[in-house]
Amino acid sequence: MKLFEYMGKELFAQYGVTVPKGRVVTSPEEAAKVAQEIGSTVVVKSQVLSGKRGKGGGIKFADNAEEARAAAEEILGMTVQGYKVETLLVEEKLQIDKELYLSITVDTSAKMPVIIASAEGGMEIEDVAEENIMKKHIDPLVGFSPYLGRETARRLGLTGPLAKEANKLMAGLVKMFKEKDAELVEINPLVISGDRLIAADSKVTIDDDALFRQKEAPVVEERTETEKKAHELGLAFVELGGDIAIMANGAGMAMGTLDTISYYGGSPANFLDAGGGTGMEETAQALELLLANKPKAVFINIFGGITRCDDVANAFLKVKQSREIPVPVVIRMVGTNEEEAIKLLSENGIEAYKVMHEAAQKVVELAKA
Amino acid sequence: MAIIIDENTQVAVQGMTGNQGRFHTKQMLAYGTKIVAGISPGKGGQEVEGVPVYDTMTAAAKDHRIDASVLFIPAPFAKDAAFEAIDAGAKVLVGVPEHIPVHDEMEIVNYAKSKGVVVVGPNSFGIVSSGKCKIGIPPNQFFTEGQVGVVARSGTLTYEIVGNLAMNGLGQSTVVGLGGDRAVGLSFVDVLKKFEQDPQTKAIVMVGEIGGNAEEQAAEFIKDNMSKPVVAYIAGKSAPPGKRMGHAGAIIERGKGTFDGKVAALQEVGVQVAALPFEVPGLLKKVL
Repeated sequence: MKLFEYMGKELFAQYGVTVPKGRVVTSPEEAAKVAQEIGSTVVVKSQVLSGKRGKGGGIKFADNAEEARAAAEEILGMTVQGYKVETLLVEEKLQIDKELYLSITVDTSAKMPVIIASAEGGMEIEDVAEENIMKKHIDPLVGFSPYLGRETARRLGLTGPLAKEANKLMAGLVKMFKEKDAELVEINPLVISGDRLIAADSKVTIDDDALFRQKEAPVVEERTETEKKAHELGLAFVELGGDIAIMANGAGMAMGTLDTISYYGGSPANFLDAGGGTGMEETAQALELLLANKPKAVFINIFGGITRCDDVANAFLKVKQSREIPVPVVIRMVGTNEEEAIKLLSENGIEAYKVMHEAAQKVVELAKA
Repeated sequence: MAIIIDENTQVAVQGMTGNQGRFHTKQMLAYGTKIVAGISPGKGGQEVEGVPVYDTMTAAAKDHRIDASVLFIPAPFAKDAAFEAIDAGAKVLVGVPEHIPVHDEMEIVNYAKSKGVVVVGPNSFGIVSSGKCKIGIPPNQFFTEGQVGVVARSGTLTYEIVGNLAMNGLGQSTVVGLGGDRAVGLSFVDVLKKFEQDPQTKAIVMVGEIGGNAEEQAAEFIKDNMSKPVVAYIAGKSAPPGKRMGHAGAIIERGKGTFDGKVAALQEVGVQVAALPFEVPGLLKKVL
């Protein structure tokens, strides 16, 4: 789950990382009030889950309360990178001596958190030459050691009080990364302002799988309505815009199904991973979800491992008995409890396929008919 | 021969008295896996399918030699169970649960490494040395003994591939599920290394997917180290960029980990890449 900039900064502040003076607002009046309180030039920043806000007109400067009000009026309600702006962050404008880059993320090949730092900040980290980027792993069994802070400071070219500041900042950030179950903590730019190091922006992503123990984490919704509903059912669902609704079990299988449908000239309406071990009730609701998007055909592709084919077959029959299914449905089912499933389906006049590409060809044909 | 596990591997099931634990204990026993103990705190003294249940791994390890342990434990408690298994001396840890927090996974994987324990997963369908031992959740009927080593990131897609092999009369040596999460114990390279040394394995199928750089690293390894032929299938050709497709690993970001990049890297080192799963057996027959 991605956090808005202001939420990330609130976490930073909790962990001793300096952030600009400021507050989050939702109206021009509040923006004016905060600007008044700050009493110098402020920056009014749209709070959307996307970078490149400046280019989209989502960031403006204001020299006084009146200008802040006008800027807020202009930005609120506008669309930045596809996101509607509903909240703003009004902050002091920093005196910027230099911009740095700093982040912690999960290095999947090393299987450890990694600190990434560069003395060249304020731009996309991908645009910085590899040799100017420091990457230091943090062994999760060891945790933070102060030398990591010293090394980071050295690579950022910081000395004296700034180096000390960097040490403190790193210790806080590493602690936050772990305690908040973050997948990404990024400060770009990290600003040198006189003798202070200030996080001018924040990008924080919390691990969705850890939300059960992150009870205090804010709730940020990035999903469409249907995607949200699917999530509540414990399903991974992405809308894709085609006309063949797909239900498969397992992410790889679901992707393989999309590929096969596309290979035969069909167009998938969605990606739906019904997951491993999804029960009958969830499966039935997943089917309802697919039908709600009015596809031209439905393809159920199950290779049962932990998922039991008879559960899926029962769920399908339950939906079929409770409502009319207005489009053709092609079912392919093999694996755990396959025989029971096929028997159930055939008793109800439905023939299930065993071979994926044959079933895929059939559903593409039916969607085009 | 087989890699990582074989017909002599003695297995403990953690979470044996749960719904999934019971079901898959039965399935694994039916496949011939030597399950010697179950672990379910508070349920010690019971039996499941004739296998004794213990309250703790340590208690089970006192009565039995335990080579491997498999977790049927809800994600929030998976890390604790994994540590328990490692401390009790299991040398292979197979993790099945989905949605383990990534920080927990990193701790499991690094702790296991420090103790010389092989982690399959920790979110994976498991591992099968066909005809000898199955630890995990794949359906039994498609896994027959043979010459093809299979290594994969995705569970169901592996069943699809193995199902296709079975239909074409091709058995497997060992089938390994790396797991699709962000921090996994085994990499393609680790498993390719073992297949290269395994006399039973004559050819290898790699089942990859978009996201990450594990396939590219495998290609790099294959170039200088593999004498055996490798066939691959990569899922996600039609996935739109930037959308998360379930697996955390399966996300295309910043032009890295793309379908085209992976296929090119593999083809460059002589790996045949199938467009769809059903083409895999044909490609294998050409190289076997």
